[in-house]
Amino acid sequence: MKLLTITLASYSIALSSLSFASMEDDPVLTKVMGEVEMRSTNGDNPRVWNIDAWVGQDLNKLWIKAEGERVGSNTEQSELQLLYSKAVAPFWDLQFGVKKDFNPKPSRNWGVIAAKGLAPYLFEIDASLFIGESGQSAVRLDAEYEYMLSQKLIISPEIEINIFGKDDELTGTGKGLSTVEAGLRLRYEITREFAPYIGINWEKKYGNTADFSATEGENIEDTQLVVGVRFWF
Amino acid sequence: MNNKTLSRRQFVTGVTMGAAALAINPSILFAGMRNNITTLTGNTFNLSIGEQSVNFTGTTRQATTVNNSLPAPLLRLKEGEMITLHVKNNLKESTSIHWHGLILPSEMDGVPDISNDFHGIDPGQTFTYRFKAKQSGTYWYHSHSGYQEQTGLYGSIVIDPIDKDPFEYDKDYVVMLSDWTDEDPNDVYANLKKLSDYYNRGERTHSDLMNDIREKGVSGTWNSRKMWNQMRMSQRDLSDVTGYTYTYLTNGHTPDKGWVGLFNKGEKIRLRFINGSAMTFFDVRIPGLKMTVVAADGNNVQPVNVDEFRIGVSETYDVIVEPKDDMAYTIFAQDIARSGYARGTLTPNVSMTAEVPELDKVPNLTHTDMGMDMSNMAGMDHGSMDMGGKPSAGMDHSKMNMGQKPMAGMDNSKMNMSGGKKMSTMDSMVTHADTEFGPHVDMRSASPQYRLDDPGVGLRNNGRKVLTYADLRNLHMTHNYPDPDREVQLHLMGNMMRYMWSINGVKFSKAEPLRFKMGEVVRITLVNDTMMNHPMHLHGLWSDLETGDNMYIPRKHTVIVQPGAKISYRVIVDAKGSWAYHCHLLYHMAGMFRQVIVA
Repeated sequence: MKLLTITLASYSIALSSLSFASMEDDPVLTKVMGEVEMRSTNGDNPRVWNIDAWVGQDLNKLWIKAEGERVGSNTEQSELQLLYSKAVAPFWDLQFGVKKDFNPKPSRNWGVIAAKGLAPYLFEIDASLFIGESGQSAVRLDAEYEYMLSQKLIISPEIEINIFGKDDELTGTGKGLSTVEAGLRLRYEITREFAPYIGINWEKKYGNTADFSATEGENIEDTQLVVGVRFWF
Repeated sequence: MNNKTLSRRQFVTGVTMGAAALAINPSILFAGMRNNITTLTGNTFNLSIGEQSVNFTGTTRQATTVNNSLPAPLLRLKEGEMITLHVKNNLKESTSIHWHGLILPSEMDGVPDISNDFHGIDPGQTFTYRFKAKQSGTYWYHSHSGYQEQTGLYGSIVIDPIDKDPFEYDKDYVVMLSDWTDEDPNDVYANLKKLSDYYNRGERTHSDLMNDIREKGVSGTWNSRKMWNQMRMSQRDLSDVTGYTYTYLTNGHTPDKGWVGLFNKGEKIRLRFINGSAMTFFDVRIPGLKMTVVAADGNNVQPVNVDEFRIGVSETYDVIVEPKDDMAYTIFAQDIARSGYARGTLTPNVSMTAEVPELDKVPNLTHTDMGMDMSNMAGMDHGSMDMGGKPSAGMDHSKMNMGQKPMAGMDNSKMNMSGGKKMSTMDSMVTHADTEFGPHVDMRSASPQYRLDDPGVGLRNNGRKVLTYADLRNLHMTHNYPDPDREVQLHLMGNMMRYMWSINGVKFSKAEPLRFKMGEVVRITLVNDTMMNHPMHLHGLWSDLETGDNMYIPRKHTVIVQPGAKISYRVIVDAKGSWAYHCHLLYHMAGMFRQVIVA
């Protein structure tokens, strides 16, 4: 709440800044961007969403990240992050705030510190450190690259790695390297804002996480075809 | 004198045609309806600013116009006369008109909240501008409120000289180039902020990579792209807003038909090119015709023959062409990103048109455009330069040299880059202030060069004779030009990805005014620490460009600073008041702007 107050206060200062003309150099804008996709497996096809949204200005933004997965009528995984995003370098934002895992149950709460930006060689990076309850901790590294086959046809490899500090048997999370997910998506930008895609996604669980899954009778490794849309507005 | 009578008649024809067109269709201006621009002559004018439906793309949109005309009427004035303009605002928002390039009192300059005692023209109000036409030549006018310039509020000004022109011509045409978008300019700006390459549809793709590998091999390609990849910059970052949204207009005509100028074989035609765009640099040529440039920014220069010239936003060039044959010629003005073109036709007969050339290949920005001094780097192993992860450290060559060390030796080598010409004034040392570091700035030029004889990205070695600033020589001798009393160095900076623009890392809303003393001569050196051209326009005072030839310093109102380059001009501070000084790219302007106070 304090963060929100600070952010809003900085908006109102900026809004009154420009005297000449009706041109605002740093207007408050919002952007919602996401990927929603269907993955093909044996049995029910999971629907997966990954949505980022921000409201703010050039250097300060309120940032929301939501991701999750539904299989049939079950929400297998869902989380929401509410972050304050501050530009700290030409290509980097430092983000901090809170995260709540709604699923799997029981829900878990985390504090978040993340670095989000563009690394040399144009890799899009989102690296997060999560501090959980009762001494739990986690690290998530997400990296994506875009390669333009044409002005509209773009292929993007992506990798996500999750590491945990402690076992959390109730949520099926194991200490150490937990999951690695790699994907390759080919999208066609019908417009800048709307691009359907197809791709493949590979996921593997490691260590205790893999063991917990095996006990539950779940797959440890899975490769899926995906079809979805990438959008922003 | 005969010539002028003829040229007047040409403009009179324009008036009747324009009036007729309006009488036929008062509600919507369709592309290609009128052949000539509406012309108003005399010394007293009534201009009415309002909304007008237009249709350039197949979709009807609202434009901001003067007397229901887009472009706004051509104002034909006479040097030495007192000019009165009653400007009525019929919009629902505040408006203004700035007389671009005209030397007049600050009160009449038309920049809301900057010009003395002027705060815009409120809805329903009439503001009367009154000033003496102190000069002659080709100028223009436009709104200085919000994005009204993008939505159509721009027109041309021709001031006929008291004395005879120093060159002859039979026909006299204004060629106003501009860019039109169906989008709301606020959305254009928001798009750029959310995705800065939103309008860039000329990025390098797989096929370019394959071509590069075929030409240079894998390691050659890697090395040539390495620095750009490390710096997270695109070599195709040529123009922020492109033909992806823009329709380019010539005198308000879309390129499918284009504007038509008539001539009789053997006549000399004066073409007054004005770039009234919001964001577009045009490269202009007329295949089959040599153009003789006779004036730049309204001021006469020694005639120079060229095949092509680049005209930055808000610059003007007057050229003379002399078609020898009974055939049509295309005026071809392609945008700097090669995403589209504006078109006109010079023809002896309306039924005759000429072939429209293909757009040039999309060029790549080079190390030069990044402000890397290639002469200093000769013999250095390029690939081994460690710029990884800390581009600012790599780029900050000049900052590291900043500790008050004399750089004379280095500067000499730099001077040789600008065509071996010697500046009379000491070369300025480039240093970076603390404000120039941070998330709002993505690069600082390592060693910016004077590149007056560089035609610029996309025009180098293209087989055509392209005008450069080094070719501009004042028609009159300037040997009595006073030496500058002091130098002001300003850095044009930004963060392309975040779409933030500033001067010295400080945006206008946070900046102190620049203060000049009445009577002094200031040398302004602009350093471009970005990857794009910035057309810098100083109101109220001339920008006398140091081209290397101090005997013939050309006089301009807008000066292009090329990417990674620096440029110097002298300003005789002879007009009291408050003046605007800014980048004339409309979507850079809010940040890259300074108030100049002359007291």
